[in-house]
Amino acid sequence: MKNSRKIKAAIGIFSLNVSIFLTISFLAIFLIVIFSKGFSVLSWEFISTSPRKYMTEGGIYPAIVGTFWLTLISVGFALPFGVLTAIFLTSYAKPYWLVRIVRTAINTLAGVPSIIFGLFGLTVFVNLFHFDVSLLSGALTLGILALPVIINNTEEAIRTVPNDFIEASLALGATQRQTILRVILPTAFPNILTGTIISIGRVAGETAPILFTAATFYTRQLPRSVFDEVMALPYHIYALLTEGSHAEKQVPIAYGTAVILLLLVLFVSTIAIVIRYKIRKKRKW
Amino acid sequence: MKMKEKIFKIITYSSSIMTIIFLLGIITSIFAEGIPIFKEVNLKDFFSSPNWHPTCFPPDFGILSLIVGSFLVTLGALIIAVPLGIGVAIYISEIAPFKVKEILKPTVELLAGIPSVVYGLFGLIFVSPLITNLLGVPIGLNIFNAALILGIMIVPIISSMSEDALSSVPKSLREASYGLGANKWETTIKIVLPAAKSGIFSSIILGFGRAVGETMVVLMVAGGAAQIPDSLFDPVRPMPATIAAEMGETAIGTPHFHALYGIAIVLFIITFVSILLIEILRKGKSIK
Repeated sequence: MKNSRKIKAAIGIFSLNVSIFLTISFLAIFLIVIFSKGFSVLSWEFISTSPRKYMTEGGIYPAIVGTFWLTLISVGFALPFGVLTAIFLTSYAKPYWLVRIVRTAINTLAGVPSIIFGLFGLTVFVNLFHFDVSLLSGALTLGILALPVIINNTEEAIRTVPNDFIEASLALGATQRQTILRVILPTAFPNILTGTIISIGRVAGETAPILFTAATFYTRQLPRSVFDEVMALPYHIYALLTEGSHAEKQVPIAYGTAVILLLLVLFVSTIAIVIRYKIRKKRKW
Repeated sequence: MKMKEKIFKIITYSSSIMTIIFLLGIITSIFAEGIPIFKEVNLKDFFSSPNWHPTCFPPDFGILSLIVGSFLVTLGALIIAVPLGIGVAIYISEIAPFKVKEILKPTVELLAGIPSVVYGLFGLIFVSPLITNLLGVPIGLNIFNAALILGIMIVPIISSMSEDALSSVPKSLREASYGLGANKWETTIKIVLPAAKSGIFSSIILGFGRAVGETMVVLMVAGGAAQIPDSLFDPVRPMPATIAAEMGETAIGTPHFHALYGIAIVLFIITFVSILLIEILRKGKSIK
């Protein structure tokens, strides 16, 4: 009886070890394949020049620039909405029915497939507002996609501000607005920053929402205004693999682009994790 | 003074209301563009006909094979990801020493952020030839490949949410169980897992929602054939892949265009139901 319990426990714990081993090996194989095939094409020229000869030679500079602008504009658009909505949810939070509707809306937005955001962007920004397929249409679509991430992270950040701070501020005669702007937001700032950085990582890697709103396969020019089509890193990978007719030359470029995109996303997320770790260590309350 | 307070309050309220407007905008736009397809094809044929030939004369707009494709790929992904994800979550939460946990947790979070198009590249260029060579099947881009890649992709999603649920089970429950003589495994299986049940279900539903709506992986890896498959190694054309592949080639306002939005409605309803389920699970927990 006692032995069978021990055996069961041993088998159970062994199977947990197997699951973590399998997961890590899958992911390790995945990362090793991408990096080993992609690193060989990386060079200064690869990240600093435009594609040549119908994408079979040259670099990915316009795609890097495109992803930079898409990300910057979309997060710049979503951040104010996100922070203000989080303030509403944490500080005002009245009436209750409105809070519930807003929360349901946020959760739904967070779960809607990214391709549907793409269709929404196509209907509203591209066709209805006549922004056409452009940097602006893509960035606004991505911004709305990033909104729930930013709201949830900001809300969490605000909730870590101790009540004592808020009560002390109110007791000193500060109004609610002053308390929010001068006590809550500055205290929560590093955590809000972390959340924003995480959303940057998400937005930079999204492909489906920009398929019909912003992305173009091939342009040698950098965007000159927000109404230009842009190249973008994730779309570039997809396009290299599915369009054009020189697979043997395009696949290595796709791997190289994937490495740049991965490095970008992992770098950005690592910064976020490091900041969060540092805050936790430094925090005195 | 009073004025400033009021204005600030109004700004926060209006931006909150914007989130509702964005959601309504999404719903309205897909329904407005999707409903007109039912002038061309009746509801029953749309769902029950496996013939998707939107560019033929006359065109066929049956999405059954697309639904079946989505369903099979998602099911396969969950079969792979649920045991692995929950296993990883239990390992991190219950078994791993503190130092290992400190490394594994952020690593899993990092992995959750890898862009799906990179997974698609991996499946398309690396896994597909591997499948044809090792298993001797003619087409490497098929249900199996897509399910495998999607499964790997959603492991971090399931494990990080399950891990939160496991970690929030109070320590006192575990200690009571140890006090009664149960060992670590028994405590985990009989006490901690049941206590974290609703959070773990939510993580599975979340993984389902992510898998069913994921576009790039199924677009690149599932093979793209709109048919009811006979085997695990047949290519399929899941719903998101159909939208992504065909929207670029259709003219605005054609029946094909509306049919693609019709697919988006179906996809939206599926994910919306899964979101509601998560909300219900969360509420059930907080009442308890």
